[in-house]
Amino acid sequence: MEQALFYILATVTVVATILAIAEKHPVHAIVYLVTSFFSLAVIFYLLAAPLIAMFEVIIYAGAVMVLFMFVVMMLDLGNPGEAGRPTLRHCLPALLLAGITLVSLVLLVIGRGAEEGPDVLQVVSIRDFAATLFGRYGVAIEIISMQLLFAIVGALYLGRRRRP
Amino acid sequence: MSYDLIDIALAFGKIAVIFMVILLLAAYLVLAERVLLGRIQERFGPNRVGPFGLLQPIADGIKMLVKEDVKPAGADKWLFYLAPAMAAIPAIMIVSLIPFGAPLTFFGRPVGMQVVDLNVGLLLFIGFSSIAVYGVALGGWASNSKYSLLGSVRGLAQLISYEITMGLSLVPVVMLARSFQLSEIVDAQKTGWFILYQPIAFLIFLISIVAECRRIPFDIPEAEGELVAGFHTEYSGLRFGLFFVGEYINIIALGGLAATFFLGGWHGPLLPPVLWFLIKALAFAFLFIWLRGTLPRLRYDQLMHFCWKVLTPVALLNILATGWFILLVGKG
Amino acid sequence: MSIIRDTKGILLGMWTTWKRIFRRPLTIQYPEIKRVPYPRFRARIVLTRDPDGGERCVACYLCSAACPVDCISMQSAEREDGRRYAPWFRINFARCIYCGLCAEACPTMAIQMTPEYEFCTRNIMSLVYEKEDLLIDGCGKSPDYNFYRHAGIGVTQPRGEGLNEEPPLDMRSLQP
Repeated sequence: MEQALFYILATVTVVATILAIAEKHPVHAIVYLVTSFFSLAVIFYLLAAPLIAMFEVIIYAGAVMVLFMFVVMMLDLGNPGEAGRPTLRHCLPALLLAGITLVSLVLLVIGRGAEEGPDVLQVVSIRDFAATLFGRYGVAIEIISMQLLFAIVGALYLGRRRRP
Repeated sequence: MSYDLIDIALAFGKIAVIFMVILLLAAYLVLAERVLLGRIQERFGPNRVGPFGLLQPIADGIKMLVKEDVKPAGADKWLFYLAPAMAAIPAIMIVSLIPFGAPLTFFGRPVGMQVVDLNVGLLLFIGFSSIAVYGVALGGWASNSKYSLLGSVRGLAQLISYEITMGLSLVPVVMLARSFQLSEIVDAQKTGWFILYQPIAFLIFLISIVAECRRIPFDIPEAEGELVAGFHTEYSGLRFGLFFVGEYINIIALGGLAATFFLGGWHGPLLPPVLWFLIKALAFAFLFIWLRGTLPRLRYDQLMHFCWKVLTPVALLNILATGWFILLVGKG
Repeated sequence: MSIIRDTKGILLGMWTTWKRIFRRPLTIQYPEIKRVPYPRFRARIVLTRDPDGGERCVACYLCSAACPVDCISMQSAEREDGRRYAPWFRINFARCIYCGLCAEACPTMAIQMTPEYEFCTRNIMSLVYEKEDLLIDGCGKSPDYNFYRHAGIGVTQPRGEGLNEEPPLDMRSLQP
């Protein structure tokens, strides 16, 4: 049951992501990407990580993509159909990164070999998750939040009203 | 985990009953709103269809079903068709999270009075309410109309802003209940409602849910006076009905959640739990209608100013104060 | 403190609307309860007759000219004795806005407005009223006014000599 669900969701995720890349129209691309995030969130839930699943929905689908959409609506992009197809040169960095990811994935799978993963996924309670996050990795969290604070200050500086 | 037929039947029966009840409540909430607004303005409101106008929702439903479904020229067909569903479905999904009564026993099995009791229920609620933004955004963008686009741009900014204050006002609740699970939040309020400990968080949550429902005084995405009807200007017939029903289901769902988070959910003396829950949730619906009958619409900059410069700092300070309180008093 | 003032303002407004909820609505439930309009209420237009039973209308076209929506039309004619009348007179009530300008313009008080307001229909053609639909047996608002008693018919005969005409008033007799 869960396996079948996983394969369905994985297919949906992959197809939606490919469509999001291939789609020329920005708003359609956003809708495909949101679909992909959604099925990814459900996959996380199936993998017994409900917290990650919820963050995927709240932060990526609910906040980041909405802001993308906001920007797309605010900027009149004209006729998107006229944008030319990307040439091979444009694709090169993306292809390079994709290649690195693919090679590392293959190495990982080969390296693991016949070694079996754990049969039953351990369900980590939210309390344990939070304790680990803020206890063991507390410094990292602090650094990231400081970075966000800097970003907010920077945004305020850029967006402040300049008096003539 | 083994399921058998009775379990599945019970689950489906529960879903069907809750769905029907919610749709019925939403339909009659429309009537209640029209009658109450009428009374506030010294009118009668609808009182022609059936005794006291009680059949008016049915007449409205038939009207919406048989009306012509117009798609504006130049509209983005699929997104135009998708948007009403994106507005209504999250509202219905939120209802499934709400515990509305003490667990009962059917056929020797405990049946929770709640469709799903997830351990991340509160987060799922925030997730669904952030997904509801897409209904507004896509609906306004896909209709290929100036008013709709303006309405949806305003709606986007408003909804994501007030989602932040809503989330922040729920953090103290989670800190006090020490759980994201809605049934545990309700159980934690057996002795004292959270509104007593967190009046500020309750106020912020109340203001935020009014803004989330896009109701007066926060109805700038659909301001009639300036934007015709905002993001659903171009919708007609059944699709408009979906937006409409979604809005009212949202009112009931968010009212029920406010009762769950701050007013002790279904806990209450004397009356049965389900009735207590209904009273609390519908009291919020009444408050929404009453607010609509009283207050004027905010201006857009006032709205944003209020959210970012007043509510957000207050909510953050409230979280800090709650944290210190829990740390010093050592509650739990 | 502005926050106290603002909260007070909102609560005051909500208290006001709360009180309104329990007040009796002002609405008159129309088909069951009909309000009685005042006698000078401006609704359906009629053509009145003079005290002798003759038509008051002299087909002067003043009402037609005054009508802002051009809903009055007629044809003028003269009888053998020189008295003017309208062979046909038509008011299109589908266009009429009940402004009362025609009644004000009428020199003979023929065209008058009545308080009867319930004559709408689904068939728009039946709202075109002909002369026989408009004429009533009565004098309407000024029961003893008769235009021809003051004006006489035509200008061919001397003052006071016409049919049913009273002799002209001696202005000096009115002086103190």
